[in-house]
Order: sequence, then C-alpha cells, then structure tokens
Amino acid sequence: MTARNMTEFYGYLRQDGSVGVRNHLLVIAPIDCSFEPAKKIAAQVEGAVAVTQYHGCGNDSVLVHNLVGTGLNPNVAAVLVIGLGCETLTADIVADGIRPSGKPVERLVIQEEGGTLRTQEKAVHILRRWAQEVAGLRPEPFPMSRLTLAVECGGSDATSGLAANPAVGVACDRLIDEGGTVIFSEPQEMIGTQHILARRAVSKQAADDIYKMIDREEVRLKARGVDSRWMSAGNIDGGLTTIEEKSLGAIRKGGTRPVQGVLWNDWDRFDRPTRPGLWLQDGTGWDVPSVTHMVAAGAQVVCFTSGQGSTTGHAAAPVIKITGNPVTYAQMGDNMDVNAGTILDGSESLNSVGERIYGAIVETASGKRTKAEALGFRDYIVFCRSRAAEHLLGHC
Amino acid sequence: MGNSAIQIDERDNVATATGDIDQGDPIEVISPDGAVIFRSKAEEAIPFGHKLAIRPVKKGEDIIKYGEVIGVALKPIPSGAWIHTHNVGSARLPSRGREEGVL
Repeated sequence: MTARNMTEFYGYLRQDGSVGVRNHLLVIAPIDCSFEPAKKIAAQVEGAVAVTQYHGCGNDSVLVHNLVGTGLNPNVAAVLVIGLGCETLTADIVADGIRPSGKPVERLVIQEEGGTLRTQEKAVHILRRWAQEVAGLRPEPFPMSRLTLAVECGGSDATSGLAANPAVGVACDRLIDEGGTVIFSEPQEMIGTQHILARRAVSKQAADDIYKMIDREEVRLKARGVDSRWMSAGNIDGGLTTIEEKSLGAIRKGGTRPVQGVLWNDWDRFDRPTRPGLWLQDGTGWDVPSVTHMVAAGAQVVCFTSGQGSTTGHAAAPVIKITGNPVTYAQMGDNMDVNAGTILDGSESLNSVGERIYGAIVETASGKRTKAEALGFRDYIVFCRSRAAEHLLGHC
Repeated sequence: MGNSAIQIDERDNVATATGDIDQGDPIEVISPDGAVIFRSKAEEAIPFGHKLAIRPVKKGEDIIKYGEVIGVALKPIPSGAWIHTHNVGSARLPSRGREEGVL
C-alpha cells in the first residue's frame, strides 16, 4: 500500500493514540539468561523479534527505560517478556512499564514455567495468537504530523557533510513543516556548535540543556584523553577548516528548524518529545545504540546516512540508509536504500534529493520494506554509560 | 559532469568542490535548487571537499556554510579563491566559549 500523496502515510492506530508503521511482536529478554530461549521462541513466529542487552541481571534504570521505551514504540503491536526468575531486573519490571500503553503484554518466567521447553511452548502459543490478530489489521491514512523520524549517521566520509546529511536535513525540515517530529543525537558530533544549536533553541531551558549536554560529552572525551576541540590532520586535508564546520556537517542531517529541547536519557529520566518539531537526544555517537535510544523515545522511522556504506537495521523500526557517495551506492546497493550521490555528479540538486528522501520516508512509513528489513537485520543495543564514571565526572 | 562545486544553503558565501578542481578549470557553482549561481575560472587548485568563495569576502567577515558561521576571514578573500586554514579561522575557540568567555 502506498500513500496517496506526500502529506500522509498508512499506519496502525494503537490504543494509546500513537500510530505504528509496523506490527512487530517484540520478545524482550531483560537479562542475558533468557536471551537464547527468547531468540528460539521468536524464530518460530513470523513477525516476532527478540531483543536483549548483555549486562548481567542488575537493575540499571537506563536499560529499563530503553527496553520499556522499545516496547512502547508504536511499531510494536504486542510484547512478550521472558525472564529467568532469580534476576534483579525482572520480567515484571519491564512488562509493567509497557502495560499502560494498552497493547497486549505478557510475561513468562522460565523458572516458574519449569524450564525452557515449557516456556517456549506457551510463548509460541501467545505469539501465534498475536500474529493472527495483527495479520487482520488494515493500515489507515494519517497525516505526517503523526510521524517521528530519527536521523543518524555512521561510516561517514567526505561526501556525508556535502550531500547525504544536508539532503536528509531538507527532508527533516519538510517533515517538521508538515507538523511532524525529528530526533537526532550523537552529542559528540555537536561539539563546537553549542552556540549555534543554542541560538536555535525555542527557550532558555532548551538552550541551557543544549550546552549542558554537549559540554558533558566533551568532559567525557577529555577524561578519555581525547581533545575534541581540535581537528585532526585528516579532517583538515579533507577540506574542513574549523570545528564548527566539521560538526555542522554532521548536525545538518537534522535540518535547520528551531530546537525544541533536549531529550535526557539517564538514570533519573528518559524523555520523549512532548510536542512536534526538532529534538536533540542525550545519546551516544555509537550508531546502533543511538538508533535504539531514539526508537525508544518513539521514532517510528529512521534515516541513516553513511558515506562508506552501512548494514544497519533495527529491531523495532525501519532504517532507510542513504549515501552521498555514488561509488558506495554502486558497490553497496544491497544495503543502501537511497543514492544521494547524484548531488556530487551534478545530475540532481540538493533540494531534489531531499524531496526524494522525504518520499522514501513516506513510502517506508506506509509499509515499503527497507533493504535492512528485507535482509532480516534486526540490530539492537542499548548504550549504558558507566554510572561510576558519570559520578566521578560530577554528572550524577 | 555538471557542477564543480555546490552551495549547501542559500545563505552560504562559500561552495564546496564536488571533485578535484585544477588551476585554470572552469568552475560552476550550483545552488540547493540546482541553479547555476556562480561561474569562474579556478585561480588555484581546489581539492574535492574543499571550499571556494562565491562572493568577495572582507577581512573579519563571517564565512557562512550550512547557513551558519563556520569561521571568520583572516584577510580579504576574492571570489573564486580557495578558502581554508590559511585565510579563515574559527569564530571562537570551539566549545569552551561560554564558560571561559573566550572569543
């Protein structure tokens, strides 16, 4: 099914009023011990996907926020949480966090069920029932204002700041002008642009948060012995003159609209956008977890730019991969969805490529599979900072 | 081959080379909408990914790319000239500005 025009997409209305663009059946293993059984369970039911984070079994609230957030994502139609039984981060903690959405949530605990085979049998029954139910859902048209897009980059090269990122920025501006929401993250790549992003902030609170988030990231890098303020010789040889220019090339992928605020992602709070527009997330420069955190904050679709080419998909959201490098598009055609390299060879304008990316967002939201989806790539990582290190740095 | 350099934002006073430009090569700069907004002959070589001025820039004037200030001209820069660390400096010491009150 394709959208009738570029002002709406086809999605699935959830009980909490959100609109999903997929009907994933999410199997969450909140701890290491239940992940292998969870994977075996998910593999038996079409549309089911298992996620975990190898962390032991302690109750780290960043992890809980993100697992719960993934379950709450509108692309997830139903959630099954599989626990072991003796863990601190129990299946109930995660399941109870997702239940207020009204979507079907069940939990099974392996030690209570009497082993993995009994758990599997019950789990597969539950998932098959849900799979039947979601198969009967028909997508309906919704305005683009119901969409939240996450933007990310990975495997950047000299074409990223020149073609793919600005073109995605054009698409972000268009989505925001339609009343939609955009999230971008990677505060490491914002270093040197604090003043620029803060000037775009809609409030003093937002401006203060922008400084706080990026300054903290700088402190972390410094603590690791990295002086982020200066450019590498390679950056300068590649044509980047100042740190502002370097970071602007990265942040341009979020477009040019006003910044509504920072979405904090720490032990005390996990924010979601409270109104449409452009939001920054306190995330990581590591691409897969960065996507996970934005999806956990509610993004239904992801745009991922990569100069050198990337394979990334995601467990709970389609990832549209865009390259500004025509050679990469030719060589990595199995993995890259959109060729923005036409900007470099002069055959297409920046704005025209931006419109094409916007079209890809609408079509993907309306059900068109991305390359990563077709290949079955279901990446999922949560990034948990060291709480001890954050304490020593005075951040908590 | 169409463009040799592109302007990323219509406010920019620089464009970025989309391929290696040799000295003496004709330069054509394309706007975000695809219009040719500047034609010149390269006074000097401009490597891929590097910038050139598309307007004359006075000493101390802001250098605009992505619609934002990326630095300040350290000397007068004629249009068509290569722009880099030899004639442009950071507008502020990056990322320390607010706390330390530096430029």
